[in-house]
Formats: sequence, structure tokens, C-alpha cells
Amino acid sequence: MADLETHDYDVLIVGAGGAGLSAAIKASGAGVRVGVICKSLLGKAHTVMAEGGVAAAMANVDERDSWKVHFADTMRGGQYLNHPRMAELHAKEAPDRVRELESWGALFDRTKDGKILQRNFGGHRYPRLAHVGDRTGLEMIRTLQDHGIHQGINFHMECTVFRLIKAGDRVAGAFCYEREKGRFKVFRAGAVVLATGGFGRAFKVTSNSWEYTGDGHTLAYDAGAELVDMEFIQFHPTGMVWPPSVRGILVTEGVRGEGGILKNSDGKRFMFDDIPENYRGQTADSENEGWRYTQGDRNARRPPELLTRDHVARCIMRQIKEGKGSPHGGVYLDIAWIKEHLPNAREHIKKKLPSMYHQFKELAGIDITVEPMEVGPTTHYAMGGIHVDGDTQMSNVPGLFAAGECAAGLHGANRLGGNSLSDLLVFGSRAGEYAAAFAREQSPAAIAQQELDRLAEEALAPLERFDSAPKDADGPYQIQYALQEKMQSHVGIVRLEHEMAEALETLEALKAKAAAVAAYGNREYNPGWHTALDLHNLLTVAEAATRAGIERKESRGAHFREDYPEKSEAFAKVNIVISKGADGAMNLRQVPVKPLTGEQQAIIKENA
Amino acid sequence: MTKTRFSIWRGDSHGGGRQDYETEVTEGMVVLDAVHQIQAESANDLAVRWNCKAGKCGSCSAEINGRSRLMCMTRLSDLPLEQGVTIDPMQTFPVLRDLVTDVKWNYATKQRIQKFTPRTPDAEDGTWRIATVDTERVQEFRKCIECYLCQDVCHVLREHHLHDEFIGPRFMVYAAALEMQPLDTGSRVKALKEDFGIGYCNITKCCTDVCPEGIKITDNAIIPLKERVADEYYDPIKRLWRKLTKT
Ligand SMILES: Cc1cc2nc3c(=O)[nH]c(=O)nc-3n(C[C@H](O)[C@H](O)[C@H](O)COP(=O)(O)OP(=O)(O)OC[C@H]3O[C@@H](n4cnc5c(N)ncnc54)[C@H](O)[C@@H]3O)c2cc1C
Ligand code: SF4
Ligand code: SF4
Ligand code: FES
Repeated sequence: MADLETHDYDVLIVGAGGAGLSAAIKASGAGVRVGVICKSLLGKAHTVMAEGGVAAAMANVDERDSWKVHFADTMRGGQYLNHPRMAELHAKEAPDRVRELESWGALFDRTKDGKILQRNFGGHRYPRLAHVGDRTGLEMIRTLQDHGIHQGINFHMECTVFRLIKAGDRVAGAFCYEREKGRFKVFRAGAVVLATGGFGRAFKVTSNSWEYTGDGHTLAYDAGAELVDMEFIQFHPTGMVWPPSVRGILVTEGVRGEGGILKNSDGKRFMFDDIPENYRGQTADSENEGWRYTQGDRNARRPPELLTRDHVARCIMRQIKEGKGSPHGGVYLDIAWIKEHLPNAREHIKKKLPSMYHQFKELAGIDITVEPMEVGPTTHYAMGGIHVDGDTQMSNVPGLFAAGECAAGLHGANRLGGNSLSDLLVFGSRAGEYAAAFAREQSPAAIAQQELDRLAEEALAPLERFDSAPKDADGPYQIQYALQEKMQSHVGIVRLEHEMAEALETLEALKAKAAAVAAYGNREYNPGWHTALDLHNLLTVAEAATRAGIERKESRGAHFREDYPEKSEAFAKVNIVISKGADGAMNLRQVPVKPLTGEQQAIIKENA
Repeated sequence: MTKTRFSIWRGDSHGGGRQDYETEVTEGMVVLDAVHQIQAESANDLAVRWNCKAGKCGSCSAEINGRSRLMCMTRLSDLPLEQGVTIDPMQTFPVLRDLVTDVKWNYATKQRIQKFTPRTPDAEDGTWRIATVDTERVQEFRKCIECYLCQDVCHVLREHHLHDEFIGPRFMVYAAALEMQPLDTGSRVKALKEDFGIGYCNITKCCTDVCPEGIKITDNAIIPLKERVADEYYDPIKRLWRKLTKT
């Protein structure tokens, strides 16, 4: 392999979603050379799909809000497995990051006195989500993109990192292929920031796109970094269930924030029947109180539809299991009913939830201002990810940083809605800043040619194999589908030891198939080949999620074990950390959770 | 359950043509589902862009039965399936492979437009106050998902290939969003006339017709920009008035 195209940067950023772009802007602001790589075109990353809003305790709508309440809400939502330092930094810095977005051109919805408007969301005590209708992610990514292109950052679009390259202990760069021609590229860098998002593609019903194959998780793991909290996968309670081809597409929590209610086939509003003890004091005890809350009555408490996502998702599952579901296997989400309270309900809904209106109209032929929607749980977000330092976002591999959904810590056992977009801004920025500082201290590392030759050979193997592969062997898509089926049915919302063990066996069998998978065609923009290369990543994250799921013998947050339905005191004290052993096997360790400081303890108590 | 014929353009920059595939169409399917099904069943290497499958990212633009649309938002039940469905890549941009086109020109074009330049914060807390009425106009433009379907149908680009002279409807929308941003102090009016070719637009409204976000590109973005250009060049008093009132 002669003549590989090579690029040199101080900081290389993998991913151009909210986290990657924030990191790039901050790193380049620190005066170092920055390159960004992304699998899709710029502006198309997952962040573009976020709907509801970005959580930041600006107290524009309710002056009782503060970083302390936001911190306490985040910890409670995460069932105290969160990294407390990250939860604190996040709550403190999110407001400034949101204002910074405004100074870069974002135009949020406004309060009457012209400030940034904030809306209610599950698990947040006060209205806290800055938003733009229900297309907040679009506003955010476009703002970062349009600002970022003028900051002297180099973007390499439709280019995928295949493996990280190390020099001794530290990370030294990345080996990539670009989609257009299928050519390989090498990026050398003093520091690498992974901002690759999640791995919802490991499941069949998901709100995530083809990009979400757990690349960053796997790149880091293979490079020796630790993963943590991998058993915690958020199943969002409301995805579309019909028609079949759109199953899983998200219906924003904003619908419930604006007053939408959940009903079963008997027309019963079932969420009032099951309110967890630790949320009882904060939850409305009448339908009227719930409604008043959504309309901004400060003395009202939140309706039970706005309890945390893990809880709402399980309540919906139970209705379906009990035979009280809707015709296509969901339950009803009704926003049209607010016409009982609002004379101009139709216009109001279209203004507040324009893209939901559009989505149902176009894809399901349903007018949500008239009829209820059918919804059910969908795989949505990975709380688990790369184990990082709370302040700097560096992993245990020197020079390897991670931020955004692919990093872990902030959310613990369950993420609150809106806390992801703020996570991207806060920790993306931090990762960029600290990566720049780290890179400045490094001298360029030598990368062995042999290593590059070996990687090229490995990447080309599926294409090379095609002519000699047995004709009846499973192709890349079939292997991917088999993995998704198994994870959905055996490592989903409700989990059991023997089912997860069975999933592991399936994963082993699929690993063998993936190692021999062949792809048809040539190197130019060939999705079959790319799917074949992604299999290693999907299999790695699926295995990590399953092993961690078996290890945690309790139910907590998003992780629900039918065979251990209660919380356990022992597991309340540990995070599960995963690393790759010298023999290549996956090792699991239980590590004590990070202790709270005295001040943090007091804040939690005050806001109980 | 019936099989439907899909004629999909396959090829690269050297040429190509439509190839026929048959696949089963089930309830609720959109064009992108059919393409994916074909990809998984019989054409693993069929190149196509997509991300969100919900009309939010603007990746899956193509020409379906000759009309420029998002594949993920075109339901098969709305098409006359007996005649089969044709799917071609966008014609205004060079093809890379199959349904994927080279849209880099759009990224380079955006870079040429003066960036957002806010006035100094003037509220006590070091930020700004903005009234809802002042956000509404701009928010319409900011709904743009950069699918480039409007660029695809604009005859100035599609037939006359004036890519060097004319930035196209997408970037007229972008420029309008900046010009009408309540905090922005920049001015792109001179550039719109001299470098961005606003004069080439003869208000055919083809762009507005295809915009999946329903942005009234011609009426709300291009015509007001044309008026600003006219004021700037031919009506100094109106220009001053606009400057003072930021309308
Ligand atoms: C439908 C939907 C709605 C949501 N709504 C909200 C909301 O309202 N509020 C909220 O807070 N959160 C929301 N979320 C969650 C939130 O949007 C995501 O968690 C967040 O956007 C992830 O951002 P990120 O920067 O970490 O990664 P992404 O935005 O996903 O970006 C990942 C980037 O990494 C690149 N990449 C991946 N692998 C590779 C590789 N191997 N090589 C090169 N590049 C690679 C991708 O191309 C992409 O550019 C929502 C999520 C979904 C799916
Ligand atoms: S109205 Fe103008 S920009 Fe739009 S398609 Fe016609 S000529 Fe092009
Ligand atoms: S203006 Fe409309 S058609 Fe043009 S790129 Fe934006 S969303 Fe697409
Ligand atoms: S896939 Fe995102 S718009 Fe079609």
C-alpha cells in the first residue's frame, strides 16, 4: 500500500453532531489545527433529529430554577449512578452554552418579555428546555455548522474511521475510508475526540439511523479504553408503531409536555395508576392539576405522563401485555383532547408541534389535531459509553477523548429528556478545550507502514472474499438483521438472565459469520461493504450491553430485570466497567460509584 | 401482496442507466423502504443516502417519477404503482454513484456568504431580548433541511448551469434568514446583486413547489431580497429607513 492520503492535525474530531462540532469550535478557538471526520454529509448527524429541546437552568420561565435543582433532577433521574462531577458541571455550564448558541445565530422561541422560552419535560422540576418548536436539534446543528465553517476547521465528509492508531500507550491517529471512491486515508493527530453518538442500530425498533452502529464505543474499546454503564439503554416510551415501515420513529416527549395524555384501549388514562414512591410528592394527583402544570401553573405538579422515560415505557408495555393496547400494538397518545381547554387548539398544536403534525400527516395519514396517535416504546439512547474523566473528558487512553452520546457518566441509569443536547454542548466544548491543550504538548508520532498495510488488508477482506465465499452464506444485511432481532427480543425493555445468555450465544455465532462475511461489488460508495465493516462494531456493543445486563442483578432506571424486579443495595453502589483483556476477551468489573461531595449531598437533600 | 417494478438509475460519472427491480410493497411503505428492501435482497451495493427516515435531515433527495422529492416522505400508496416507479438521482449535481450525487458545491457556496454578525448584547444580563414576532419570519427559513431539492429544480442551475454566477434558492433562503435575523448587523445586499446573481431568478416558483418544508422561498425570501437590492441601488431613502427599522 503505497501513497496513502495523509492528513496532520493537532486535534482530530470523529463526528460532526452537536458534540463533535462543539469540540471542533473550542479546539480551533484554542489555536490548534483541527480536522473533523463524519460518516454522512455535514449537518446530517443525528443531532439534527432532536426535537424537544435543550435543558439549561436559565430560570427564564420559573425563577425558582437553578443549577442546583437541575443537578438534583439529573441525579434522581439517573438513580444516583451518575458521575456527580459531570452532573454538576453540566448543570452549571449549560445556560452559558445555550446563550453562546444564541450569539452564534440560533433563534429560540421566546417568552413574553423576549427571553429564551423554556418548556416542561419529563423529570425536570421546572420548565427548563430551551427549544424551537419541535425542531431544536436542527436549529442547534445548523447554528454550530454555520458558525464552524468560518473557524478554519477542515471537514472531511462521508469518511469513516475504521480503526484508531496508537503509538505506544497514546492515541496517534485514525485509519479511515472515504465513501465516494472507497479510498483509505490516514489522519495523524496529537489528540482524538470521539463524538460518534450511540448504537440504537443494534435493535430492530429504533429511532436511530444507519450511523448508530456503536463505532466510537468500539474504536475506543479496541484501543484499550474502558466502557461503563453499558446495560443502560433508553427505550423512549413514544415511538410510532404504524405503518410498519416507520415503526420506531420518534414522537417527541414535547407532545406530553404540551398536554398530551396516554390512554389504553378502554379509553382509560392509565398513568395515574402507577406513580413511583420517590416521585409521588412531585406528581399531580388529579387530571386537572396535570393540565394546569403543562400550561405553566406554577403551583401545579407534573402529570404522570411526564415521569421518567424508563417508567413510562414500562407502564406502556404493561398495558400492551394486558391486552389493553391499540390495534397495532401500542397505546394512544392524545393531544387533540386539549381542545376541551383551548379554543384555538388546532392552531396551537400546529405551532407548538409542527414537525409531529407533519410526520403523522405524511407518514401515517393521521391528523393529530383531531385523532390520537398510536405509540409504543422504541430504542432511543445509549446512557453507557466510553468511561471518561469528568472534567477533561479524556479516557484512560492518553490523548483519546470522548463526548456526547458515545461518552458515559452524566446520565447514570436513565437520561432525562433534553439533557443530551446540553451534554453535547457542555462536554463537547470541554473535550475540545482539553484535547487542544493535550495535543499542544505532543510531538508527532511515527506510524508504522506495516500497521497501515494490515488495516487496509483487513478493511478490504469482505470484498476480496466475495468470489470464493459460499453462495448461500449470509450477507452483511442478513447478519445485521439477525443481530437486531435477537437484541430486540432478548435484551430489550424487560430482561431475563437465561434470555440474555441465549443472546450471547447468538452473538458468538454471528461473530463467526461476520468474520467470514463477503460483500459484493467494488469500492465506490458501496453500502453493502460498509455494512459488512460495521458488523464488528455492532457485535462489540451488543455483547457489552448484554454482558453488563447479565452482571447487574437488579432493576434500576432503564435496566429492568423480570427475575430481579427490585433495586438492590449492593448494585446501588457500583458501576459496571468493561475493558478488553490481553487475550481479547471482554472483562467486566464492578467499580464503586463516584462519591458525592458534602455540598452535592446537601443539594440532593434540599431538593428531594 | 403484489410485486412492484422499480426502475432505479445505476451508474457513475462515466454513465449508466435505469435498471429494473421487483419487490413486494406492503402497507405504509415509502419509496426509501423499497430502495432499502431492494438493496438488502438483490443489490447490496446500491448507493443511496439517508439518515433520519422522517424528513428531518434532507439526505434522501431524488427524482421519483420525474419529480424532485424526499424518498423517505413519498408514500408508495400515493403513486400509480401499476406503471412501476422510476427513481433517478438529482440532475443538477454531478452523479457520484447510483442515487448519490456530488453536492459539495452547496457547501462551498454557503461558505461565500457573510456569516452571522450579531450586535453587541444590550440587555442587562449580557444577552438580548427578542420579540416573538421578530423570530417568526426567520424561523420559517431556518426550517430548511438542506435537501437541495430547490436547487435541483431551479432552471438557472439545472438547465443553464450557472453555478458560478447564481447561488440558487437554498442560499437565497439562507441569506434572507441572516438579513432578517433580528440581531444581525451584516449586509449581504451588495453581494446578492453582484456576486450571488439574484437577478437571474425570474420568479418561476418551481423551488417553492418542491420544498418539503413548505418554505415560501420565492414570496418570503427571494422577492423581499430583490426589493432590498432595488432599494439599495435605486432608492436611498428607503434604504436608510430599512437600516433604521431593521425591516
Ligand atoms: C429522534 C430523536 C430525537 C431526540 N430528541 C432529543 C431532544 O429533544 N433533546 C435531547 O437532549 N436529546 C434528544 N435526542 C438525543 C440526541 O439527539 C442525541 O443523543 C445527540 O444528538 C447525539 O449527539 P452526538 O453529537 O453525540 O452524536 P451525533 O449527532 O449522532 O453525531 C455522530 C457523528 O459521528 C459520526 N460518526 C459516527 N461513527 C463514525 C465513524 N466511524 N467515523 C466517522 N464519523 C463517525 C457521524 O457521522 C456523526 O457525524 C434525540 C434523539 C433522536 C434520535
Ligand atoms: S423562483 Fe427563482 S430561484 Fe426559484 S426556481 Fe424559479 S428561478 Fe429558481
Ligand atoms: S429551502 Fe426547502 S427545498 Fe430548498 S434546501 Fe431547504 S428544505 Fe430543501
Ligand atoms: S432520510 Fe432524512 S430526509 Fe429522508
